[in-house]
Amino acid sequence: MSRGPEKVGNTTRGIAYEEPLLFERSRPGRRGFALPPLDVPEVEPEALLGAEACRETIPDLPEVSEVDVVRHFTRLSTWNAAVDLGLYPLGSCTMKYNPRQNEAAAALPGFAGAHPLAPASLSQGILQLMAELERHLAEISGLDRVSLQPAAGAQGELAGIMMIRAYHRHRGESRDRVLIPDSAHGTNPASAALNGYRVQTLESGPDGLLHPETVAAAMGPDVAALMITNPNTLGLFETHIEPICEIVHTGGGLVYGDGANLNALLGIARPGDLGIDVMHFNLHKTFSTPHGGGGPGAGPVGVKNILAPYLPVPVVRELAGDEGEGFVLDYDFPHSIGRLHAHHGNVGMMIRAWAYIRSLGAEGLRRCAEMAVLNANYLLSRLRGTYHVPYEGRVMHECVLSDRLLQGTGVTTLDVAKRLIDYGYHPPTIYFPLVVQGAIMIEPTESESLEGLDRFAEAMLAVAEEARTDPERVRAAPTRTRLARLDETRAARRPVLRWQPAGPSKRP
Amino acid sequence: MRFIPHTEPEVRHMLAAVGVEEIEHLFDSIPADARLSRPLDLPRPLSEQELFARLRELAARNATPESHTCFLGAGAYAHFVPSVVSALASRAEFLTSYTPYQPEISQGTLQAIFEWQTMICGITGLEVSNASLYDGASATAEAVLMAIRLTRRHRVLLAGGLHPHWRDVVRTYLQGLDAEVVELGVGTDGRSEPVDSHLDGEVACVVVQQPAFLGPVQDLAPVAAAAREHGALLVVAVAEALSLGLLRAPGELGADIVCGEAQSFGIPLSFGGPHLGFLAARRRFVRQLPGRLVGETVDARGRRGYVLTLSTREQHIRRERATSNICTNQGLCLLMATIYLSLLGPHGLRTLARDNLARAHYARTRIAATPGVELVHPGPVFNEFAVRTDRPPAEILEEGASRGLLAGLDLEPHAPELGPALLVCTTELASRKEIDRLVNLLGKNRP
Repeated sequence: MSRGPEKVGNTTRGIAYEEPLLFERSRPGRRGFALPPLDVPEVEPEALLGAEACRETIPDLPEVSEVDVVRHFTRLSTWNAAVDLGLYPLGSCTMKYNPRQNEAAAALPGFAGAHPLAPASLSQGILQLMAELERHLAEISGLDRVSLQPAAGAQGELAGIMMIRAYHRHRGESRDRVLIPDSAHGTNPASAALNGYRVQTLESGPDGLLHPETVAAAMGPDVAALMITNPNTLGLFETHIEPICEIVHTGGGLVYGDGANLNALLGIARPGDLGIDVMHFNLHKTFSTPHGGGGPGAGPVGVKNILAPYLPVPVVRELAGDEGEGFVLDYDFPHSIGRLHAHHGNVGMMIRAWAYIRSLGAEGLRRCAEMAVLNANYLLSRLRGTYHVPYEGRVMHECVLSDRLLQGTGVTTLDVAKRLIDYGYHPPTIYFPLVVQGAIMIEPTESESLEGLDRFAEAMLAVAEEARTDPERVRAAPTRTRLARLDETRAARRPVLRWQPAGPSKRP
Repeated sequence: MRFIPHTEPEVRHMLAAVGVEEIEHLFDSIPADARLSRPLDLPRPLSEQELFARLRELAARNATPESHTCFLGAGAYAHFVPSVVSALASRAEFLTSYTPYQPEISQGTLQAIFEWQTMICGITGLEVSNASLYDGASATAEAVLMAIRLTRRHRVLLAGGLHPHWRDVVRTYLQGLDAEVVELGVGTDGRSEPVDSHLDGEVACVVVQQPAFLGPVQDLAPVAAAAREHGALLVVAVAEALSLGLLRAPGELGADIVCGEAQSFGIPLSFGGPHLGFLAARRRFVRQLPGRLVGETVDARGRRGYVLTLSTREQHIRRERATSNICTNQGLCLLMATIYLSLLGPHGLRTLARDNLARAHYARTRIAATPGVELVHPGPVFNEFAVRTDRPPAEILEEGASRGLLAGLDLEPHAPELGPALLVCTTELASRKEIDRLVNLLGKNRP
């Protein structure tokens, strides 16, 4: 008996639009834009700038009407899966609901139109909002100070690593090694290396956790820091976090916390209380700002007071005492690592995160963590037995499965992922973390209802059943999408990275 | 709880399925002493209605192009944005999706990125473009790192005229690395002092901003020739992307990497972010590009489609040997810019750039004829230029603010050698009447 996507799936087959590249819609003379009449004298660019400095043509822009543009991008949009369409259980990405109120908040003209170099006296509203968000994030994380400047989690990591370097240098110490568990996100080693550190990978134990002995054995006078994600990417809380932090601190190192999985801890436990010295927040994960097809995110970085002198500048500061009232941008941090962003970071994302925190309050944030963890554990309880669970134990906000129980069917994790698409789901994160072979990493978030989880579980179970009864069908997936499986090898072997009029990009 | 669907009976049912009696037992793996024993100290939750009352209060205390005519640029530009841009970019399928790891259900985002890559190549005159970086400053830092990797050299020459904040960011990114930054100044014409005498076989790249921070259009050809002679790469950084509607594509003039800020292409000011870093390069450098790249391919039935490609450069595959640590970048901003450029087309981009140039020319002509103020650099500029004043810029800015003008940027912290001076920018949002008001303000104390 095959249930198939027609029975348990999440999709209907409606209209599926074809749409060429916009360049192929171009017709000479079409216009999608009009300027008001020029109210100052016309100029000849060549006369003012010199003919040598001026271009003759602007290639590779289409000539299309506004209708063409609207239809083109609206059609493209229909080819995307999205949180607003349904469960998007991409592990480690916290694809929770993005409240529409936050979009309206950031679009208020008083925010969207604020110039970053306007005098502080004309920017008091946004500076106050930033100062309040810094305070809220400090309270949520148990850290002392927060800089909102990093534009994404990876830039927050870089800021943190640079502050760690500045701290050691200031104390006259030269430490050039950073310890990172094997289950870490790729950005951790990349950020450490980007700042010139040698990376040493630490093995997780058989229980999926980092053990104090492992850290103790790796410690040495050249270790600048340990970077740790908690809960880790297996969805497990690092229960030894406190002794581990103590070992690192005793050895003169600092502990960096990757905040990607903070959603599990909101109001439950605070990284700062556990011994973390510096961490980044992903406003686009924990604090509901939309992922936008790959950003913009925002990666504020929080620190204990010992690292406060090294924060990126400028720092938003509330005036006190004789200084009067209000907020200013403070550059007076002689030990600062410097500036990471042309201005103040992704402020539009800060407005959204502020609106989210103010809407939920303490109780609401804690409820997010509780329901996110409940959802992950509930899904795990429904899938255990059908899918292999490489590390048993109570999971937090996400669970990691593998394709081991499908061995012999010829169906792999990739096939399961692609077949889930036919059932109307964005697949989970796959083949990560690297410590699990054939990993399927599921993070449902708190946004998903019981019946939504049950439907998804049914789809996962149906795919496993198909793997046994009709493996070819699973391996041919997806079959209900506009395009079938795409040839990624070909794309990498013969890279075609832009459209060219008569080039290889001609429509087949 | 508006954003969380669970009812109490559902929670009970789920707890039973998990085999746990109370919610708090879900967190048993967290040592008891590590848990927070009190509620977070946060203000009480607000309804949406209350939230917007508070947001409007805060928003009302910021100057915007609605309250003040904006002559402030310096890397963030007030331009008109057609309604279509936000209408399309706020579609849920673009807004609430993520990095297109699963191409079969991400073709919308992937094709838009491919279109962006194509447009940026055309505009810069280069052959490959990535799928965005955080902003112009970090894009410049990434370009410098890329040049260091490509040349295996360690000295970086920042020509005069690079935005002071961008210089800071380049320095920040290079700390801890085996690299040396040499910063050149600007001459009396506002352009970089000659780079020739600073070039040798150790220099990885020369970074030149076009137009320069203070406005003047730099002469790229001699810099390109000098760099080429010494095997150094030429990185051209662009802070006002609209200038490329008129200026010759830097790739045509010998640039190896063109990077910068594309906020001018339909992205709101938003107090400085999110904006849109871009980076394009010669094709032979593609494997050293930082960030995401989209390539064309075919599906199992031979139909054209798009995927993320050359991922072996990236952190999720290559980890500490990746070309960059970048993961989430500025996807939605890239989409907005692609929509904006689609609306403008080659004709619109050129006309708009000409409009901005004409306004700057008008303002400069008026200022040149006004006693008490003078143009610092009489040579060619695009839409931005420095003005020397006979009274403290702070005083002018304050007076302007009270009359609904953001009169420019006080250059004292950035170019003290100029004496009292302002950096002024004229976009299509500044009408003739408003430019006249600015000129009157600048020249006010004259008999």
